[in-house]
Amino acid sequence: MSNSNMTRRGMLKTGAVAGAGVALPTIFTASSAAAYTNEPTGSTVTLGFNVPQTGPYADEGADELLAQKLAVEHLNGEGDGGCLNTFSSKALKGNGILGKKVEFVTGDTQTKSDAARASAKSMIEKDGAVMINGGSSSGVAVAVQGLCQEAGVIFMAGLTHANDTTGKDKKANGFRHFFNAYMSGAALAPVLAAEMGKDRRAYHLTADYNWGWTQEESIVASTEAMGWETVNTVRTPLAATDFSSYIAPVLNSGADVLVLNHYGGNMVNSLTNAIQFDLLAKVANGKDFKIVVPLYSELMATGAGENIKGVLGSMNWNWQLTDDGTKAFVKSFGEKYGKPPSNSAQTCYAQTLLYADACERAGTFNPCGVVEALEGFEFDGLGNGPTLYRAEDHQCFKDVLVVRGNMNPTSPYDTLEIVEKTPVEQVTYAPDHPMFAGGALGSCNPGA
Amino acid sequence: MFGLDKKDTSLLMIVAVLTMFAPFILNPFPTDSGLAQFNAGYPDLMQRFVIFGIFAIGFNILFGLTGYLSFGHAAFLGIGSYSAVWMFKLLSMNIIPAIILSVIVSGLFAVVIGYVSLRRSGIYFSILTLAFAQMCYNMAYSVLGNPASSYNLTNGETGLQLLLDDPRVLGVSATADGSIPVTNLFGLEMRGSETIEMGAWSFSFSAGYYVSAIIMLLSFYIAIRVFRSPFGMMLRAVKCNQNRMNFTGLSTRPYTLAAFVISGMYAGLAGGLMACMDPLAGAERMQWTASGEVVLMTILGGAGTLIGPVLGAGAIKYMENIFSKINDTVLHGWFSFLPDGLEDFVVFVIHPFVGKGWHLTLGLVFMAVVIFLPGGLVEGGQRIMNLIKRRKKSDDDAAETQPAAE
Repeated sequence: MSNSNMTRRGMLKTGAVAGAGVALPTIFTASSAAAYTNEPTGSTVTLGFNVPQTGPYADEGADELLAQKLAVEHLNGEGDGGCLNTFSSKALKGNGILGKKVEFVTGDTQTKSDAARASAKSMIEKDGAVMINGGSSSGVAVAVQGLCQEAGVIFMAGLTHANDTTGKDKKANGFRHFFNAYMSGAALAPVLAAEMGKDRRAYHLTADYNWGWTQEESIVASTEAMGWETVNTVRTPLAATDFSSYIAPVLNSGADVLVLNHYGGNMVNSLTNAIQFDLLAKVANGKDFKIVVPLYSELMATGAGENIKGVLGSMNWNWQLTDDGTKAFVKSFGEKYGKPPSNSAQTCYAQTLLYADACERAGTFNPCGVVEALEGFEFDGLGNGPTLYRAEDHQCFKDVLVVRGNMNPTSPYDTLEIVEKTPVEQVTYAPDHPMFAGGALGSCNPGA
Repeated sequence: MFGLDKKDTSLLMIVAVLTMFAPFILNPFPTDSGLAQFNAGYPDLMQRFVIFGIFAIGFNILFGLTGYLSFGHAAFLGIGSYSAVWMFKLLSMNIIPAIILSVIVSGLFAVVIGYVSLRRSGIYFSILTLAFAQMCYNMAYSVLGNPASSYNLTNGETGLQLLLDDPRVLGVSATADGSIPVTNLFGLEMRGSETIEMGAWSFSFSAGYYVSAIIMLLSFYIAIRVFRSPFGMMLRAVKCNQNRMNFTGLSTRPYTLAAFVISGMYAGLAGGLMACMDPLAGAERMQWTASGEVVLMTILGGAGTLIGPVLGAGAIKYMENIFSKINDTVLHGWFSFLPDGLEDFVVFVIHPFVGKGWHLTLGLVFMAVVIFLPGGLVEGGQRIMNLIKRRKKSDDDAAETQPAAE
């Protein structure tokens, strides 16, 4: 069937075509003249909002998107200005960023690293976005952060709680406002000791991926430091929906506290299973059985309904705080969408304003200028109290909230009550802390 | 030319011209117009078109020729990506060793998985390949991916990434300005691109795209040769009636295994190329949905045809990346000329089919193709061609043979 009768002429033709094919791409090696990636030249500047619109964290993503749209409105001087009025930096005038009107594009991360990178890439390459914001998973945050570093744009992380994001996977172009697993452990441990005593025996169920691992590591370390004993740590698949088979062994393990290192749908299901086994009514080692959920969110609390009553956990921010920044944000969010914002929404809103403010103060959209403006930046008035963007790892340091499932909620939205506002000193750690060691920021990359 | 007959040569030339001029063809709308939303000529998506084209061409060698429906081909894609990223981490940022290793490693996996799976045919074969792929996925996702353990091959859910302290024996760990070096082909940076402005249009030419496109053309050429070879004929015979071949005393298993390994290596090549364009390998690349996607691509384009899988891959990637980005704001922008109530209504009707609902559109298109064009997009093309030919012919007939009686 094959007819390979190579002639001299045929050979020459083949060679010429192949040669031309190989030579072709070398024409395009010259780099373009722009000073940095996607330098905005017109009257507008484009931001990319990359959030999960499908998949297990879709609810969080939808809420983030609402907050991001609100932030764009406020930056462009529409609406009531929100936190622009309470923000300690007064660089933002409500006339866009550096006089350019803010526009945005949206994308779906699907809570998958690959899809998130594809979506972010199209925002950068096609739509000319200078900053990517959003995301509801640490895996995605780390992946997109790496991409932004390579492409030369700024990444303002959304909800990402793993230590790695500003630990071993930190990048010069990436910034995180949200708190992390270490901070959750440091904030929760004293409250747990006070409420449950120092001689508890804990059993961990952990979502089997990087966030779960760092969460488990952090909470084990901080509870053991105050005298608790860890009976067992069990990894559960992220895709699991029924946790009965993981809950059953807890009863006979000699443990008297169950720690659920789960988030989103996982947490709703595992907590529901635990309640079905009536764990909270049990008595083990002569003490009442307790459940702890280190990372809480309003959307999870709503999903778990009655089951979260009395369960302790930690949060980055809650709409029930009473400072001016929170009030201003909750007011404009509530008036526009008819519900209070979640803490993932708040972190995306704050990140968008912080980016815009950094551009104003730097006088440029150049990522290196923005990085310089954000590093070591101290601010207030965005809802979390006085906050520092630490230069060494691009992590925000601020107070952390310890919350409890509300025993007597009066509305569908006050499902959580604030137990304690852990001061920032207590959750601060050295940049070379073992849980965060192993990575390097590198240098800022302006691309192009 | 190239040892092909005239028809195949022209097909290869058409594909070559289309891929070389893709930056123009895919950007038909001026940058500032409302229709720019539908432009697909940006480097990342063009790279995806050709890379998934390679994946689908390889899948078609197995499915199109032998009829064995593998539901686990994404495993090889992922294995190829991981191999390539490891090459970038350990050896150098040149893409050649990375691509070679990814093809070899995925080939080895294909030998093992194929040897076991091909003991059965039909639905059992599909299930076996699916099981193997899910095993690979779960291994990559958690067992081999725990950063705390000493055998962290895949870095779990985060995906395998390049770091500043990777050894890179034949290259540098970090560039002079403290960033991770870029994947390149003897100095030609894969992410390098050049944008040319022509009036209101802008076209971007990416080095990575042209490298992938040339590799795609080579793969396409090899696929044509496989299709036209005695080996390919044997594979078709397997599809027709494997029992009859066995009764004549022919052992078909070496042929099917060879086809399986070749298509596995194609998938590995595609995976390796993906890592070359964007040096990250994530476990979800191996998930069963990704395996299903390549089946969709092949069937949508036309299984068993040469060009079909490439068209299918393009169609699906286009929808995934373009339709998914049309949000309500964009829709309101388009229909703002309508009166308020009507505008909201139109947006409400279209909303479920775009943005996060792009899967729905894909599903409808897929159903339409399977029902009305069982041969895929290629059959659609052929029907149109036939229609034109027939009309032409009947015109000619009408002109010439008017008086003649049938």
